This record gives sequence, C-alpha cells and structure tokens, in this order.
Amino acid sequence: MNLQSNAMSESFQSQSIAPAVIPATRVLYWSVRRELWENRSIYIAPLAVGAVFLTGFLLLHLFRVPSHMRSILALDPMHQRAALDQPYMMAAGLLMVTAMVVGVFYSIDALHGERRDRSILFWKSMPVSDLTAVLSKAAIPIFLLQLIAFAVAAAIMWIMFFLSSVVLLAAGISIAPIWSQLPIVQMSFLLLYHLVILHGLWHAPFYGWMLMVSSWARRAPFLWAVLPPLAIGVVEKLMFNTSHFTGMLLYHLGGSPDSGPKSGDLMDMLGHFQPGMLLRESGLWTGLAATAVFLAVAARLRRDREPI
Amino acid sequence: MTVIEARGLRKAFGTTVALDGVDLRVEEGRILGLIGPNGAGKTTALNAILGLTPYQGELKVLGRDPWIERDQLMRDVCFIADVAVLPRWIRVSQLLDYVAGVHPRFDRAKAEGFLAKTTIRRASNVRELSKGMVTQLHLALVMAIDAKLLVLDEPTLGLDILFRKQFYDSLLNDYYDRSRTILVTTHQVDEIQNVLTDLMFINRGRIVFACSMEEIESRYLEVTVNPDQVAAARVLKPIHEQQVVGRSILLFDRMTLDKVDRQQFAAFGDVRTPSIADLFVAVMGNQRGAVQGAGQ
Repeated sequence: MNLQSNAMSESFQSQSIAPAVIPATRVLYWSVRRELWENRSIYIAPLAVGAVFLTGFLLLHLFRVPSHMRSILALDPMHQRAALDQPYMMAAGLLMVTAMVVGVFYSIDALHGERRDRSILFWKSMPVSDLTAVLSKAAIPIFLLQLIAFAVAAAIMWIMFFLSSVVLLAAGISIAPIWSQLPIVQMSFLLLYHLVILHGLWHAPFYGWMLMVSSWARRAPFLWAVLPPLAIGVVEKLMFNTSHFTGMLLYHLGGSPDSGPKSGDLMDMLGHFQPGMLLRESGLWTGLAATAVFLAVAARLRRDREPI
Repeated sequence: MTVIEARGLRKAFGTTVALDGVDLRVEEGRILGLIGPNGAGKTTALNAILGLTPYQGELKVLGRDPWIERDQLMRDVCFIADVAVLPRWIRVSQLLDYVAGVHPRFDRAKAEGFLAKTTIRRASNVRELSKGMVTQLHLALVMAIDAKLLVLDEPTLGLDILFRKQFYDSLLNDYYDRSRTILVTTHQVDEIQNVLTDLMFINRGRIVFACSMEEIESRYLEVTVNPDQVAAARVLKPIHEQQVVGRSILLFDRMTLDKVDRQQFAAFGDVRTPSIADLFVAVMGNQRGAVQGAGQ
C-alpha cells in the first residue's frame, strides 16, 4: 500500500517538474499588493491626514511665521528650539498616530474579513501558503504602514521647512536660526528609525496578537483582542495587587525608557540618540519572538478555520 | 493514473457524522458528478479533497495529502466553490494581475481571450457584476489555468438557464480534454446528464452508488409499463416503481437479471435509459438496492 502510494506520488512529481515555480518573494509581493488594493486606507489615511495638516499649516501658520520668528528670536536658545520644532513634531506625531490607528483596524480585520465574506475560499484556491498570506498581512502594519507614515511625514516636514524659509526670506528675516536649529536631515533619519524600530518592531507583538485573534475569533475580534489582556491585568491587580502584566504591555507599547520622546522634544532625542540603542534591548527580541509565535499560530488557524 | 484516491474517509462535526467511511477513486480524464441530498456530505468531501478541512482516513489527491500540502496542490487543482467567493472589492484587472502574479500555470492571454467573449469590463469591480458575470469571470480564470483537476461545488447555483447552459458548454468545448479531470456537485442534475462520464450518489456521508455513464446506459432500464403488463413486469423485480399520471414506471437493474434482454422489456412498454434524476430517486428511495449497486 505504502509502496503503491509512494510510486504514485513519484510519478506525479516527475510530471510536474517542467512548469516553473514562482519564487516565494514574488508571491509575497503580489500578496502585499493585494492587501493594498483591498485596504486603500493604508495609504489614503496617512495622505489625507498629511494633506489636512499641511493645509492647516499653510493657512494658519505660514503667514505668521515672520512675526512668530521675531518672538522666537527673543527667547533663549533652548526654548527657541522647542518653539521651532513644534509644528514638525506635531506632523510626525499625527502620522504616527494615524499609522497606529490604521494598523490596529487593519490587523483586527485582516484574517476575519476574508472568512466573513468567504473570499478566503478563493484565496485558498491559489497556490499561496497560509504562512505567506499571514506574513503578507503582518508586513502591512509592521513595515509598510510605518514606511508610508515616514514618507508622508518627511515630505510634510521638508515642505514646511522650505516654505518657512521662503516666507522668512521674503520678509527679510534671516533664515539662519531655522537652518541651524532644525537639523532637518537628522530629523528625517530619526523619524525613520523611530517609526521602523519602535512603531514597527517594538509594536510587532501587538499586531501579531491582533492578527492571531483575527484568524481565531468567530465574531467580535476587536473585543477578543482587547478584553482578555485587560481582564488578565485586572485579575492580577485584584488577586496579587501587582501589575506585572500591565507593566509588560506598557513597556512593549512605549518601548524602553530611553526609546522615545517621553516629554522632551526632538532635540532631546537627537542629543541622546545612539543608533542601535533599541536593538540592544532584550525586550525587543522577546517581543519579536512572541510575534513569531503569534503569526505561526495565526497561519495554523487560517488553515483550520472555515468561512464564518 | 489516479487523480483522487480516498479510503475510509471520515469527518465528524461534533456528533454529526458528515463523512462516514468514503472510498473513492477517480481516474484521470473523468468528469465525475457527486450527487446527494442536502447535508449528505458532498461539500465536506470536496473540502477534504481541496485541503480545506481536516479528515480521518486516507486521502491522496494527485499523490499529495491535501491537508498538509494545500498550497503545492493548488498549482494543479482549481476550484469554484460557489458563485460568491470572488472578493467583491477586487477589480477585474487586479484579479488578472494577482493570479498571473502567484499562479505558475496561469495563462493570462487565454483568460483575456475568454473575457473578450463576455461583456465584463476590465475596470469593473466584482461587486458591480451580475451573478452570472461573476461566474463567467471565475470560469475564465480557472479555464486559463493549466490544472489537472477542477473541482466545482454547485457552480451554477442561482444562475439563469442561459448562463447555466453556457457554463457547461464552455467547460466542455474550451477546457476539457482527456488529460483533465473534473469533479462536480450540483442539484441541477438534468443539465449535467450529458456532461458526466461518471456518477456517484452520496447519502449520509456514504457513497451509495457509483457507476460510469456507459454502464448506466447498458445496465439500467426505465420502462413505462402498459397497464396490462404491470404484474408480469413486477416479476422481474424492478428496483423502483413510481406512478405517473396513472401509468407505472419501473426501473430495472439488468445486472440482477440474467438473460433478460432489452427485447423482453420492450414488450412491457416504452423502454429508455433512466435520467440521473430517476436513478437518484430510485436509489435514495431504496437504500438497500443502492448499497448492492454500489458494491458491484
């Protein structure tokens, strides 16, 4: 019997050598593109938020830049910086929040929606493994959204920077302060680093968890994603009067104490900035290990679960 | 070459047994119809074959275990689960891009050719297409994939008769050749009567009848018996009898009747080959006879 079935599979294998196999990277690429087709908010939301912010900046702020600048110049250097980089921080912060909100909604729905509308039957009729499907979905909040947020935020920052310079020049005010106090190139790199490492990799376990719940829950994946961790925190508090679990979640949400702008401004971050600082933290790696487990379980669940 | 081979396939949902020891063997080049009442286990059987559901027992599709190797298997297997599975948000052109991107056996030019014969526009969303057009689109995709096995689960559900006819016509004319195998389940048995090469009935998770269409032709007879001949005809032990507007229609299995040739039946009345629907009613109404039939 075994011999027979072995012989059978061999004969099939020999038959199917000829046609090319599509490389895994290409399958992943098309799987990610398909996510962008389905979830246009991934790029529309950051673009829209960016456009609104930029319009607001142009209308409300740009023409006040000369007078604003004069008052800033009266401040001492520390406050000068804080006042100067405020709109830039706001732009970056807004896009970070946008990416996070889109990422959360995307992850909660990614593996639930395809079962709800039964389109999973079509996706499963394609030679794409469940793991590839899950990885392509995980790549959206962990990498792609952060890169899009960076691209939009950086574009806005550069536009603001150059427009401010032009307005100041036109008003006959020296642009030396903003060119010296706003290291726009370093700011862009720092923003990229912050988004990719903190918002992408540090937050990865949260997105992994949400994707896993999304592939597991029959209904209300949002509640299933939020309530159990909340319940664990509350139970721990009530029973042991400790909050290790909540503390761990907050630690992974906020990164390490030195990882982000807690209260200081961009300049403080620049001052303390050491590349690789975050990479040396064990929390990052335990978080990524947890992400791997969540995604593996999500892929397994995707195979097992039927359309809802 | 065996395309599907199942032995003792079992699947239970809680206490409900969906598949109760199914043995199945489908050879290359066959068009097999799997017919059964609602809840008989048809879709479960197809899902097991497609790697969409776990099972007990032994199952090999094109030499692979579908549950473990679904993604590799899907290079050689296509399926249309029912009309509603194409994602509604996707654009026709995106669908073509995607399949061309991930499927090694997809011939885009061929799919474009099939689509050119329809009124489906490349820029449309699936959501904007009628049910019939969605099926046409899905069929165009599937026919452009050089697969060895095509599985169709109620492919024409909810379509009007023109689309249904066209569906099977294009399947036979533009797709099917002797190296491909098709497995289809449907409730609309009449329209696949002339499409199938093999027929299988499933009931309560078991295969209760399996027969090739040629065999049905040579083996089963449906006789509309003249009223005065009914008693004589009943002596030959019909496997099923029904009354239609006052006349008795008797179904005979010639396998159980040695040396009775067609001529003798002709003496009773009109003789013809039973339709799938007639056979289905007879087999389902008379499970004992059916089990015998399946055993042979």
